[in-house]
Amino acid sequence: MSSAAVQYLPGKEPHARERRLIFRNVDRVGYDPSIDCYLKDGGYEQLKVALKMEKIAIINEVKAAGLRGRGGAGFPTGVKWGFIPPTNTKPVYLICNADESEPGTFKDRYIMHQDPHQLVEGMAISCFAVGAKLAYIYVREEFPEAAIILEKAIAEAHSKGFLGKNILGSGFDCEIYVHRGAGAYICGEETGLIESLEGKRPYPRIKPPYFPAALGLYMCPTIVNNVESLCHVKHIIQMGGAEYAKMGTPNNTGTRILCVSGDVQKPGYYEVEVGKVTMGEVIDVLCGGLKPGRKLKAIIPGGSSAKVLRADETFKLKDGRELGILDIPMDFDTMAACGTMAGSGGVIIMDDSRSMSWVINNLNNFYAHESCGQCTPCREGSLWMKKISDRIVAGKASPDDVDTLETVANQIEGKTICAFGEACSWPTQSFIKKFRDELKGDCKPELAGRVVNGETAVAAAGLSA
Amino acid sequence: MSAAAPATPAAPPAVDLVNVQIDGVWHKFPKGTRMIEACRQVDKLVPHYCYHPKLTSPGNCRMCLVEMGMPPRPTPGQEPEKDEHGMPKIGWMPRPVIACANTVSEGMGIRTESLLTQECRKGVMEFLLINHPLDCPICDQAGECRLQEFSVEHGKGESRFREDKVKKPKNVDIGPRVRLDDERCIMCSRCIRFTAEIADDPVLGFTERGSYTTLAVNPGRELANNYSLNTVDICPVGALTSNDFRFQMRVWFLTETNSICTKCGRGCNTEIGARGNSVYRQSPRDNNDVNSSWMCDQGRLDFHFVNSEYRLTDPMLRAGTRHDVVDWKRALNEAATRIKGVSGAETAIVASARMTNEELFFVKQLAATLGTDLIDVVPRTGGADNYLRADDLNPNSNGVRQILGIEPGAKLAQIQAGVKSGTIKSVIALGENLLKAGFERGDLEGLRSLVSLHILANATAELSHVVLAGSSYAEKRGSMINVTGRLQRLNKAIKNPGNARDTWEILRDLIVAMGGSNGLHSIEDVFARLAAEVSAFEGLTFARIGDQGLPLIETGETIPLLEREKERKAKGLIVG
Repeated sequence: MSSAAVQYLPGKEPHARERRLIFRNVDRVGYDPSIDCYLKDGGYEQLKVALKMEKIAIINEVKAAGLRGRGGAGFPTGVKWGFIPPTNTKPVYLICNADESEPGTFKDRYIMHQDPHQLVEGMAISCFAVGAKLAYIYVREEFPEAAIILEKAIAEAHSKGFLGKNILGSGFDCEIYVHRGAGAYICGEETGLIESLEGKRPYPRIKPPYFPAALGLYMCPTIVNNVESLCHVKHIIQMGGAEYAKMGTPNNTGTRILCVSGDVQKPGYYEVEVGKVTMGEVIDVLCGGLKPGRKLKAIIPGGSSAKVLRADETFKLKDGRELGILDIPMDFDTMAACGTMAGSGGVIIMDDSRSMSWVINNLNNFYAHESCGQCTPCREGSLWMKKISDRIVAGKASPDDVDTLETVANQIEGKTICAFGEACSWPTQSFIKKFRDELKGDCKPELAGRVVNGETAVAAAGLSA
Repeated sequence: MSAAAPATPAAPPAVDLVNVQIDGVWHKFPKGTRMIEACRQVDKLVPHYCYHPKLTSPGNCRMCLVEMGMPPRPTPGQEPEKDEHGMPKIGWMPRPVIACANTVSEGMGIRTESLLTQECRKGVMEFLLINHPLDCPICDQAGECRLQEFSVEHGKGESRFREDKVKKPKNVDIGPRVRLDDERCIMCSRCIRFTAEIADDPVLGFTERGSYTTLAVNPGRELANNYSLNTVDICPVGALTSNDFRFQMRVWFLTETNSICTKCGRGCNTEIGARGNSVYRQSPRDNNDVNSSWMCDQGRLDFHFVNSEYRLTDPMLRAGTRHDVVDWKRALNEAATRIKGVSGAETAIVASARMTNEELFFVKQLAATLGTDLIDVVPRTGGADNYLRADDLNPNSNGVRQILGIEPGAKLAQIQAGVKSGTIKSVIALGENLLKAGFERGDLEGLRSLVSLHILANATAELSHVVLAGSSYAEKRGSMINVTGRLQRLNKAIKNPGNARDTWEILRDLIVAMGGSNGLHSIEDVFARLAAEVSAFEGLTFARIGDQGLPLIETGETIPLLEREKERKAKGLIVG
């Protein structure tokens, strides 16, 4: 497949710095989600290859490829697959996490809308590798079209013998079902997703003991992978793990889709080799720079849960590198070393027109709305943070409230059942740490100690009367 | 558990033990012990809300977060660093872990008092209170509320919360016996888990999400099962309250007395909460051989008769169509005279399987004094519910079998026929209303002597020549043998009303008045005689029964609810 043969819709052409692997067929001229189109383009050839391989060989290829999960945590996919207990006698399930809800992230939607068979093929290969005969695609409620397209794709794959009983005469059976969520961010948390799939409230499970690879769906070993991650599996089979690993940088291999939003000239999706593009290049080269006359203020590099970076920050890394914010390569490890994360690939650019009080209030609103309410710190803390930041934005807070807000976030982080605790406290912690003066500047010092809640006021009035 | 450094075991231990350091001291625990239980065993209580040993652990309250560490994985070929006890040095984790659901493992360290642990508890306490109504002055849970208790240890003196609290439904009617205040609820989910896991009646659940999460009963359903009031017991706060008990008494005025429920043959262990001479509530007391931590609503609420206006407070003699209150001496003399006026062969005793072993001992003596073998109790069956309730609705049928040597109900028909035909001319009714046991009014009216002992006014008392006023289960000490053959103790929670007397004393004095003498002056004396005369009690003393009872006889009966708990424990789902 030479990329020269591929033509894209006018205005949607990939940038020269991009490397289209997963998004090869997105916005492609003459390309549609049907299986005929996919087959014409060499579709399901990798499934044929994989079905002739040893299962462990596939897992080893994925490990050799160094594929890291594209959902947010960046955990090595092949290692995750290896966690299924070797003595297991229960059924194994594969779940595709298509609950793409991280604010700032919009990549999986395009895969499902425009190239669903890539996902189906990737899933079929992955199912074979981990020994799953049953797989689910958990699609968020807000993607009704994706669910319809995927169901059609699954039916097509079924009719051509790529799913169902005895796939391509290999003796391997595999079924994929689409399951639609009901509109909750927490369903993207893998154990919350599993609970939801079981028909319960999506309350995340405690780990230990409920690690999905051992005790997942219906207490059976379950592998939960992101849409993009599963698509990469197909390409790893095609290229071979070693060849795949040549893309990107060591330990940060392959390509990944960056979803750029915010104050740039050309926001959108850009598939690049991991770590081969810097933050500055994302803004200036891929996205055509900031809006005229504006200055960069802050960047959230990996979805709304990632810690914010301030435009004038510099980072001294352990390996000796000294980086400004624009020098940070878009990879997993450097991003982590700079105190944030590559996360889901949602890059949010903010220029000097943005009020940081408003931004953190917006994020706190989201997390207060989406906290599942199962465990105490996140349930109570997320709404408290929202209410404090509401007052900061409304000019009804004192500078002390900013400090209170920070301690509330500290009381959540690391103390919850699932990673939502970090997801909701990291933005607040990082925004206050890096923009404390601005947040305090939106407060009124004369309100110190004078802001009371209504009930306290009533009680105080009762006492004085 | 040894407090010193662990010595190398001489022989391999029977159970797999692991070395765990708690607050700097090394201990040994069986592998698989939950961290929270290990800490409890060495008197390091870890505060918690959602954890309950009989329920699964969702780990949602986060109150039991503790600092934890493990020895670092040794580098190959390198000897791990040792502490002063010769144990591998612990690498402490930056993140706290919940002590309720995690189990101990070799070399683990737990800090229940460290700065990190303290900060976690303070944080959770603050979070739990920001949206709590703080209506302690009018809350029934006040005085036994975990929020209050842990606030004392881990709370702050003032609130930092400047916002409006979340408003939620109050005074919600979720069933006939339980009421819900959602603003007080801390979403620990104990009640939800109890109804789903123990009572098999999953009618409770959460609606809404985040801080607006609201406990509710499922649409069109109600919390009405016979175990519903256990949810009130396990609710750590004042969210679920009992319609029967709410607003009746501040709990700190109650005196708790360990006893057992007498509503059926299970003998669920209870605590009777009383103030002055009134019983206000009874609640289950843990006993893993009888009732686990639970009891049925029927048994729990069956105490109001104790303080009822129908209680007999004095002995009485019939005078024509009415009864006159007399003193005990006169009543007992009159009873003795009447009983002795009829030969033993023409006398029957209808006793009760609700009597204690000690009382039954005197029934046996009375029968021997009279020389009658026409003796029986009134059987009651049909109670079994596949949870705790026993088929046998009498609490001491096994006591009857052991002491009187009879099968309940075996001679009742014969006695009834004798009363009808006139061959029986004297009946002694002890604690049973004969008219409800198949006897007919006309027949009883024809008796030459009817002496009865009751605690409540009833139709049989009305027909009796002599009425003796006895004590209820809450007013007496004594023992019973439950359906599984366990010997258990009742204790005195309140005094007898008026001039009513302990039933065993009445029976003793009646025998004395009839010319006998026995020198028994206390329940302990009576029990000693039982131990001497009845083989099943051989070698026992009343004190040895203890608060948890003793297995006495083998009946082969199992307790469905306990069997299921054992299964869940074996699977590791619950601590048990």
